Amino acid sequence: MDFDLTDEQRLLKDSIDRFVDDAYGDFEKRRRYQAEPAGYDPRLWAGLAELGMLALPFAEEEGGFGGGPVETMIAMEAIGRGLAVEPFLSTVVLGGGFLRFGADASMRAALVPRIADGSLTLAFAQLEPASRYALHDVSTTARRDGDGFVLDGRKVAVLHGDSAGKLVVSARTAGARRDRDGITVFLVDADAPGLTRRGMPTQDGLRAADVTLDAVRVGPEAVLGKVDQGLPLIEKVVDIGIAALCAEAVGAMEDLQRNTVDYLKTRQQFGVAIGSFQALQHRAADMLVAVEQARSMAMYAAMMAEEADPALRRPAVSAAKVQINQSGRKVGQEAVQLQGGIAMTLEYKAGHSFKRLAMIEKSFGDTDHHLRIVSEADSLIEAE
Amino acid sequence: MDLRFTPEEIAFRDELRRFFRTEIPAEIRRKVSEGRHLSKDEIVTSHRILNAHGLATPNWPVAWGGKDWSPVQRYIFTEELQRAAVPLPLQFNVYMVGPVIAAFGSEEQKRRFLPATANLDIWWCQGFSEPGAGSDLASLKTRAEKRDGKYVVSGQKAWTTLGQHADWIFCLVRTDREAKKQRGISFLLIDMKSPGITVRPVLTIDGGHEVNEVFFDEVEVPAENLVGEENKGWDYAKFLLANERTGIARIGMSKQRIARAKRLAREVQAGGGSLWDDVDLRRRVAAIEVELKALEITQMRVVAAQRHRDADKPDPASSILKIKGSELQQATTELLLDIAGPYAQPAQEDGRNAAAEHGMDAIAPLYFNARKVSIYGGSNEIQRNIIAKAFLGL
Repeated sequence: MDFDLTDEQRLLKDSIDRFVDDAYGDFEKRRRYQAEPAGYDPRLWAGLAELGMLALPFAEEEGGFGGGPVETMIAMEAIGRGLAVEPFLSTVVLGGGFLRFGADASMRAALVPRIADGSLTLAFAQLEPASRYALHDVSTTARRDGDGFVLDGRKVAVLHGDSAGKLVVSARTAGARRDRDGITVFLVDADAPGLTRRGMPTQDGLRAADVTLDAVRVGPEAVLGKVDQGLPLIEKVVDIGIAALCAEAVGAMEDLQRNTVDYLKTRQQFGVAIGSFQALQHRAADMLVAVEQARSMAMYAAMMAEEADPALRRPAVSAAKVQINQSGRKVGQEAVQLQGGIAMTLEYKAGHSFKRLAMIEKSFGDTDHHLRIVSEADSLIEAE
Repeated sequence: MDLRFTPEEIAFRDELRRFFRTEIPAEIRRKVSEGRHLSKDEIVTSHRILNAHGLATPNWPVAWGGKDWSPVQRYIFTEELQRAAVPLPLQFNVYMVGPVIAAFGSEEQKRRFLPATANLDIWWCQGFSEPGAGSDLASLKTRAEKRDGKYVVSGQKAWTTLGQHADWIFCLVRTDREAKKQRGISFLLIDMKSPGITVRPVLTIDGGHEVNEVFFDEVEVPAENLVGEENKGWDYAKFLLANERTGIARIGMSKQRIARAKRLAREVQAGGGSLWDDVDLRRRVAAIEVELKALEITQMRVVAAQRHRDADKPDPASSILKIKGSELQQATTELLLDIAGPYAQPAQEDGRNAAAEHGMDAIAPLYFNARKVSIYGGSNEIQRNIIAKAFLGL
C-alpha cells in the first residue's frame, strides 16, 4: 500500500499544475476562452499538446506518454482546480479510451498522432432523449448496407460535440431498444453527409451539441470493438471517464474549500474576520471532511478504473461516483453559503465551481443510479 | 500509488484472521458481535490470550513487549481484530497509561507496572474527566497537596469507564493552583484500594454499568507514583489523548456490524419474504458502505503518511477520522435498530423471547450506547475546532 507519486508523476503534476495556473490563475481569462468559436482557446489546446498532455494515456510505442489512471487523475485534478474548459475529457480520456480498447493498430497509428498533436478532437455521442443514464438504452440504429452501415437517430447533450472532428457514436445493430446485446460503437466524421449538429453552451460554461444522424453512411473500418458487442467497451470507457470526472471534481472541491477558507479569513463583519465565528468554522471543517472523503474515493476509482473484470470494476467506480456526487453537492452548497452574496454572482469563481460540480453530478449517472449499482452488486462488505 | 496490500501484508492479515477466529473463544466473540457487555473475566481471558502471543501491546516500545510493525501492519491488526469481533485489548492499559509510562515514567515505574499492565494483572481506569471538566479538561479541580513526602488527593472524577473492575487509576490532578490552568496539572498513579476512595456506579441509558463516579477524600499517594515531572501532566495527557484518537474510527467494527445487519435482514421476515427484499433498505446499506469505504481509504492515507511524520506528534487528520468514524458507527447501530424494528422492544436478556432468537434483544441498548461515540475522545464539536485551527488556520 502506497499513496506516494513516483518522481515522474510528480514532474507531470508540477507541469500540468503550472500550465493550468498560468492559463486560469486569472479567472477573467476563462471568459475570453469561452468566447472563442469552439468554446475554448485553440492556443491553449496546442499548449497542452506541446506539454505531452494530449498523448497522456496512449502507449509509448504508438507515440503516447504511457500514462495510466493515476496520470489521468493528476491531469483531471488540475483541470478541476482551474475549471478549465478544454475538451480533455471528451478527446483524451473518453475518445482516447475508445481508441485504446476498440481500435485496431492501423486506426490507432492513423489517429493517435493527430490527437497527440492537437489537430483532432473527439466527442462521445451516447445520450439519447429517452436513455437517461442507461448505457444499454440505445434507439439510434445502424443498418447494414453492403459492407458498411447506415446510421439514423438522435444524440443529445454531446459534450464538446459541436467542435469535435470525429464523434464516437453508439448505435443499435441488432435487438430491441434496451437489449444489452446488439450495440455497436462507430467512429464517425463530424462532417459526414447526413450528420447535423446544433451547438449550445452548457450550464457550467462548457460546450455541447445535439446531433442528428440522418442516413449517415460509414464503412466497415468505422466500427470500434466488435459488431453487436459494443456495450462492454462502452461500460469500460465510461468507467474510465467516471474515474477522471471524480478527479476533476476533487480538484474543483479542493479549490472551493481553499477559497472559502481564504474568504472566511479576510471578510470582516462586526469588526472581526467572520472565520472567528464557530458556526462557520464547523461548517468549514465539515467541508474539509467531505473533500478528503471524495479524494479517497477518487483514488479508489483511479485504482479500479482499468480493472479488467467488470464485476469488480463497476461497483467500485459506482461507489466512487456516489461519494463524489454527495461530497460535491455538499462542498458546492456550503461554499456558496459561506461566501455569501459574492458566490451568487457570475463575477467570482466560487459560483462557477459550484455549477461545474452540480453538472458533474449529472454526468454518467447520478447518486441514485450509482447507488443502485452498488446495492445490486452487494460486494463491498459481505454478509456474515 | 498502489492501494493494494503487498503479498507480505496479505500473509500477515491472513495469519491474524486465522489466529483471532481460532484462539479467541467463540462465545466471547459472539457477545461482542451482538454488542453485549462483557464480564470482567471475559475481557481478561481474551486480553491474556492476546498477550500470551505478544499481541496485546503491539504499539508499545519493542523493549517492553511492543512490535516493530509498520503503520500498515498496525492498521491491519486493529482492522482484523474488530472484524473478527475480538474485544479490543483493554484500552486504558494498552493505548493510554502503558505508552505514557513507557515514554515518561521512571525505570522503577516501568519495571513495576509495564509487564503487569500488559498482562492485565493490573486493570487500569482513567481519571481525567470531572463533573465540571469535560471538553474543557484543563479546568479540572481534583487537587493533590504535597504533605510529608506524599500527595494527598481530594476531589471527584466522572465517567470512569469500567472503574468498578479497576485495580489502579491514572489521574490528572492539580498540583499548583496558582499557575495557568494547563501548567499546574500532574499525572498520578493511584491504587484503587487506598483509603478514602469511593466508587459510585452510574447506569447509562442502555442499562449497562459501564461508567462510575470516583470520589477522593484525603487519599494518600506515595510521591514515587508521580509520572514524569510535577506540573507537566498536561503534556503527558496530550500525548495520551493523541494515542486515544488513532484507531478511533473503528472501521473494522462498523464493517462487522454491516455484515451482521445484512445477515439479520435476510433472516427477518417481512412482507411475505425477507427484509432484504426491500430495495430501499438495501440502498441505505449501500450508502453507508460507500462512506465507510471512503473512510477506510482516508484512514489508510493517514496511516501511510505516518512514514513521513514524526511518530510522536499527533496528526490532526485523526480529527477527520474521529468525526466520520463516529458518525458511521452510529449509522450502523441505527441501521441495526431499524432492521430489528418491533423486535428491538423486549428488554429481557434471558433468551426466551422471539427477538433473542436472532440476538436482537441487545440491539436497542447498542444503539443507545453508541450515542457516546460522538461525545467521548474529544466531542465531534471539539474535533471540528481542532480542524478549523490546525488545518484551516481559522
